[in-house]
Amino acid sequence: MSDPKIEGFELEKGFRGMAKDTGSDQTMFKGVHWGKAMMWIFLLSDTFVFSCFLIAYMKGRASTPVEWPNPSEVFALDAFGVPVPLLLIALMTFVLITSSGTMALAVKYGYERNRKMCGYLILATALGGLTFVGMQAYEWSKLIHEGVRPWENPFGAAQFGSFFFMITGFHGTHVSIGVIFLFIYCYKVFAGHYDEGKRGWFTKMKGDYVEVEILGLYWHFVDLVWVFIFAFFYLW
Amino acid sequence: MEETKKKSDQSSTHKIGIYLWIWGLLFVLSFFSYLVDWYQFQGLLRWSLILFFMFLKAGLIMAFFMHLYWERYALVNVLLWPMTAIVCFVALMVAEGKYTLFSRLFYFFVGG
Repeated sequence: MSDPKIEGFELEKGFRGMAKDTGSDQTMFKGVHWGKAMMWIFLLSDTFVFSCFLIAYMKGRASTPVEWPNPSEVFALDAFGVPVPLLLIALMTFVLITSSGTMALAVKYGYERNRKMCGYLILATALGGLTFVGMQAYEWSKLIHEGVRPWENPFGAAQFGSFFFMITGFHGTHVSIGVIFLFIYCYKVFAGHYDEGKRGWFTKMKGDYVEVEILGLYWHFVDLVWVFIFAFFYLW
Repeated sequence: MEETKKKSDQSSTHKIGIYLWIWGLLFVLSFFSYLVDWYQFQGLLRWSLILFFMFLKAGLIMAFFMHLYWERYALVNVLLWPMTAIVCFVALMVAEGKYTLFSRLFYFFVGG
């Protein structure tokens, strides 16, 4: 979270500090909880998975001589009889950003050992995630009714469907898993597991509010991926 | 345990204002990127605006919501440098995509 303070000596900042941390005889990531470092490494590998999907989509779209479906028409939604382009997607984006903000605040209140605020904010995040998944299910069923399939669609290039279902589906899976964990952590916060230092299920590690930050990293990553999907798949 | 407890108490949490600012900025930027579609900007303007808002949003989320701005350089650099591999991959696949499109047009429509 911030530079660790070790009594007796000062850790250097900047690139010199990086060289010293990397070359030091102990841990490389000073003051970073191992769980947090591992979550970051996992997120890095997940970044590569999502990049591969998005790059495959880019290549597929760039190399087809058939017209690509126009996203602002395909994803338009009728509001009071008027088709509004990308209405549902815009709402989904706002819901996900809202839940990202509540998660950031939950982490803050967790570190301040404000159990109630932390718990309610995690609950709000989970509900936001649930809303997002619900909207995505609605979007999928709408498109499936309109005849979009992984192998064909009535709007244009046949590849559109497979990229759409693969990319948004993989992202939706991430959101769903995140929602499950948010509910679990919400329970754990309210039950006071992180105040008492109660051990988790698969670990000897004693509970600490740093776990809320680790969960927060995952949730912000899900939001981060949506930023890229929104830009490349829906707006481009 | 004592040690970690002390640490989490010590690492002064950031003021709530910064989170609310970033939150608000993310809403505004999302709204702007939606407007890009609303006004149907086309061509260079469209994709430069999309990319600009996208990277700004991603940067804000990573720097402040994911606390990367406050982390030590050892972690930040380990996380960010591998991303350059993705940029290389994109560049390769842009070239490959162009070649595939050329071959398809040449053999399917021109007839080789």
